[in-house]
Amino acid sequence: MRMDKFMAIPMVLTVVLSVPAQADDSVDALLATYRSQGAGEFDARAGAALWERPFTHAKTPGTRSCATCYTDDPRRAGRHLRTKKSIEPLAPSANPKSLVDTAKIRKWLKRNCRWTLGRECTVQEKGDLLTFLKNMS
Amino acid sequence: MRIFLTVIAALFGSLFIGWQGLASVDDDSDSHYEDQWWQPRPGVAPVANPEYTEECGSCHMAYPPGLLPAESWRTMMAGLDDHFGENAGLDAPTHQSLTDYLVANSADVSQSRRSRKIIRSLSASAAPLRITDLPYFRHEHDKIPPRLVAKNPDVGSLSNCVACHRGAERGSFSERDIRIPGFGRWDD
Repeated sequence: MRMDKFMAIPMVLTVVLSVPAQADDSVDALLATYRSQGAGEFDARAGAALWERPFTHAKTPGTRSCATCYTDDPRRAGRHLRTKKSIEPLAPSANPKSLVDTAKIRKWLKRNCRWTLGRECTVQEKGDLLTFLKNMS
Repeated sequence: MRIFLTVIAALFGSLFIGWQGLASVDDDSDSHYEDQWWQPRPGVAPVANPEYTEECGSCHMAYPPGLLPAESWRTMMAGLDDHFGENAGLDAPTHQSLTDYLVANSADVSQSRRSRKIIRSLSASAAPLRITDLPYFRHEHDKIPPRLVAKNPDVGSLSNCVACHRGAERGSFSERDIRIPGFGRWDD
């Protein structure tokens, strides 16, 4: 290839624009979806409150919350309650790989809400949680 | 000269074969023959499937398929909606490709040292769902007191291999690489 200014521009753009997906983009895309499904304004404090809220379950003793496995602080590594396996921090500020893949976010919101709350989270709750996590600095 | 060289070659050849014979002697204590330079392979074929690690290694260690027979894996994959009390359901294509991977690399297919011992320790139709229920596994762990495992907050249960087996994720369960949290090395 001739390395003249006509090649340089597309080459520079290719490098600059091929930045890997960021958490911000993926989360924003999901928030837009939730809004289109009827969610109102998202609030990180509501997300934080939901994070800590204890839920009881008919068949098991004790309570469950997001913090049960992820700890009170999503910037810290968590631990699976039963297997003791270490879980990477969920806050993108502490873990750049977190909240980058929208399919993965959807899958784990579904599984974790079912386990913790006993039901799927509403679009409002999901948006509040993601806003809380994204805003953690 | 040729005869001399032939005799020397035959001599060394038979010594080598004899040596290999010793190396493959089957006994219960693994430690003597592990990680010897002529047997660099780990005891179980390590997981080399990123999809499996991602889907089946999030909540617990991604257990090497060579630790259970194919029938165990088939039954497990057929019941993911109640996977030891949790819903671990997968979409259909992922479910199929992971089942194929597990069955193709299961203990009854694998030639790894521990896979073969696991199968030998099982009756023909046995297909336990828990690795910890394998007779081979029980034998290998039967001297460990509960305070080091169940009552150890950093371990919790025998299914938490990586807590003590530092080489587990590369398929090695060699005694030399064991470090029990809060306790140290294990020497049988």
